[in-house]
Amino acid sequence: MKVSDEVAIEISGMNKWFGSFHVLRDINLTVYRGERIVICGPSGSGKSTLIRCINRLEEHQQGTIMVEGTELSSDLKNIDKIRSEVGMCFQHFNLFPHLTILENCTLAPIWVRKTPKKEAEETAMHFLEKVKIPEQANKYPGQLSGGQQQRVAIARSLCMKPRIMLFDEPTSALDPEMIAEVLDTMIELAEEGMTMLCVTHEMGFARKVANRVIFMDAGQIVEQNEPEEFFNNPQSDRTKLFLSQILGH
Amino acid sequence: MSEVHSMKDLTFVRREMLPEKEPPVGERGAIKWVRENLFSGVFNTVMTLISLFVIWYVLQGLLPWFISPSWGQESLAACREHFEELGQTLEQACWGVIRDRMNQLLYGFYPQDSYWRPNVALLVLLAGLAPVLFPSIPRKAVFFSLASPFIIYLLLWGGPIWTPILVAAGFALGFVAAKALNGVNPIVAAIAAVLVPVLFWFLILPPLANVLTSAAPIGLAFIASNEFGGFLLSVVIGVSAIILSLPLGIVLALARTSDLFIVHKLSVGFIEIIRGVPLIVWLFTASLLLNYFLPPGTNFDLTLRVIIMVTLFSAAYIAEVVRGGLAALPKGQYEGADSLGLGYWQSMRLIILPQALKISIPGIVNTFIGLFKDTTLVVFIGLLDPIGLTNSIRASTDWNGIYWELYVFIGVMFFIFCYSMGRYSLHLEKKLQREHR
Ligand SMILES: Nc1ncnc2c1ncn2[C@@H]1O[C@H](COP(=O)(O)OP(=O)(O)OP(=O)(O)O)[C@@H](O)[C@H]1O
Ligand SMILES: [Mg+2]
Repeated sequence: MKVSDEVAIEISGMNKWFGSFHVLRDINLTVYRGERIVICGPSGSGKSTLIRCINRLEEHQQGTIMVEGTELSSDLKNIDKIRSEVGMCFQHFNLFPHLTILENCTLAPIWVRKTPKKEAEETAMHFLEKVKIPEQANKYPGQLSGGQQQRVAIARSLCMKPRIMLFDEPTSALDPEMIAEVLDTMIELAEEGMTMLCVTHEMGFARKVANRVIFMDAGQIVEQNEPEEFFNNPQSDRTKLFLSQILGH
Repeated sequence: MSEVHSMKDLTFVRREMLPEKEPPVGERGAIKWVRENLFSGVFNTVMTLISLFVIWYVLQGLLPWFISPSWGQESLAACREHFEELGQTLEQACWGVIRDRMNQLLYGFYPQDSYWRPNVALLVLLAGLAPVLFPSIPRKAVFFSLASPFIIYLLLWGGPIWTPILVAAGFALGFVAAKALNGVNPIVAAIAAVLVPVLFWFLILPPLANVLTSAAPIGLAFIASNEFGGFLLSVVIGVSAIILSLPLGIVLALARTSDLFIVHKLSVGFIEIIRGVPLIVWLFTASLLLNYFLPPGTNFDLTLRVIIMVTLFSAAYIAEVVRGGLAALPKGQYEGADSLGLGYWQSMRLIILPQALKISIPGIVNTFIGLFKDTTLVVFIGLLDPIGLTNSIRASTDWNGIYWELYVFIGVMFFIFCYSMGRYSLHLEKKLQREHR
């Protein structure tokens, strides 16, 4: 798992408000290609908002965000370009219930990338095999278990051949036995060198694959470090308190 | 454990498997159904008996009136004589009027020798609707659906063949222009899609149609709208408005949920104004006021004006129904589409609208049924829909004083149309339900 020194995402001096509520405060973060970053922090600390800013599901008001050399501005062309290079998995999967698994996976390649249908289907089957559910290709999302749905969601993002993957608590809506299957898929992805930003409270996963853990509180990055250091030797009191709460029992 | 066993022998081994048996007589088939649904408990039994009595009471009053051997009678007076001969004292229906005036009720004053034209048009309509309503029909048939409005227009109104063809060509030109410019800029393409056909229709179509008509005078005899009547008129107004108001309603709903300030406000204003005023007022507006706004000398067909008004009216309702469907979709669907890089129109067409429309089917069909029945309101602006024809039928000496038979017939016809729409909507809901689970 190598990390290159090429920059994938560069966030500098970024601030975001919801109305008059200052959710993200002076965020500075550089993500290198191939990095796996885990973001954790208490509920409401702005983790989701931060990664949603990276593909413009939320708009920031100050500072700059550069993704793969393109700056996020209100220019729709840039936004669509960045979105097609940044995959995202949501807590509630957000699969399209009226389309089959295969159609879910081929939709964006066909309409955004203009890939021929046949080729898109081949790619989709490739990634469905990778997440180990090729046999479900012709079912509808409603017929699958939560874990399977989340793996489809990952495959759907991968079909766009993204350079960066964002995960927003991908396992927190799942039963314990399904968490493992989704994490396995993510670990595999990490091993292939995908740049990943992952909001999660799965500390085992963080120890295993992350090369940086970021702790957020009150809209700010409070601490970031390598996983070993972060867990064994946290510096800030807030981090210590948070870790004692989630690891304490 | 073993001690328990030794104290009391609990072992059991089945030596012979039991054959399958039917449930007891009272527990199957019709008997079971009757017992469970009609006579379970005292209250249910009493309700069943009361209901049976009410049904009997209503039927014994109505049936003798309905079942009346009067189909062949030529006038109301003949009917009465006929009943006297039979020695019947009960009030009975005189169905002769339906037979005698069937053509009028169906076609109004459409020329008799051209009845084949609406008949063929109806077949074209059904053939054109089929691919849209039933996806199992090959997709290529949709091209026929696109052509069918022009064929139907030519059949019903007639005139030279070139006008409908050129109008269709205008649409095609708009489509081609939009397609060509889409790569340049989607907004320019959208403007071109509207502007190119409009310019073509107003500037190029009239002279070109004249030239083509004088060069090759092919076509059908022209029949003016004011000769349309009866169910022909109801169906023409109803079906046109239904087909036109769905896309317009969807566009209005999207506009109302749009972030663009002006677009949003315009849509809200339009919907609220149209919805807030009774349809009959809009129909009077169509028949009287619209003439003031049009350039003098233009004779804008009254039926066409009515179709436009009814379309706008039901589009406002459709827009609200569809907006409900849009609001019912979880935010995650929009975000899922956005995160894959789909543009606004793509995510609407591929993700949002299919789901929102599915939720809205009952409401949309409800609006259509209301619209179809509301076409009878055109009687107040002097159009001869079936209700309007009852007056002119009564005006003849033969059928002076006949009321119920005509209204029952009209009611039954409307019921057939509306009930079929309702059944189709149920069918569609069930089908989509099955597919998505
Ligand atoms: N659309 C919104 N409008 C207004 N406030 C919002 C909106 N979305 C989030 N917030 C607020 O912003 C803050 C940060 O939200 P965010 O979802 O980023 O938190 P989080 O760290 O992801 O929390 P959780 O762990 O519960 O998911 C919260 O206080 C939340 O209430
Ligand atoms: Mg969150």
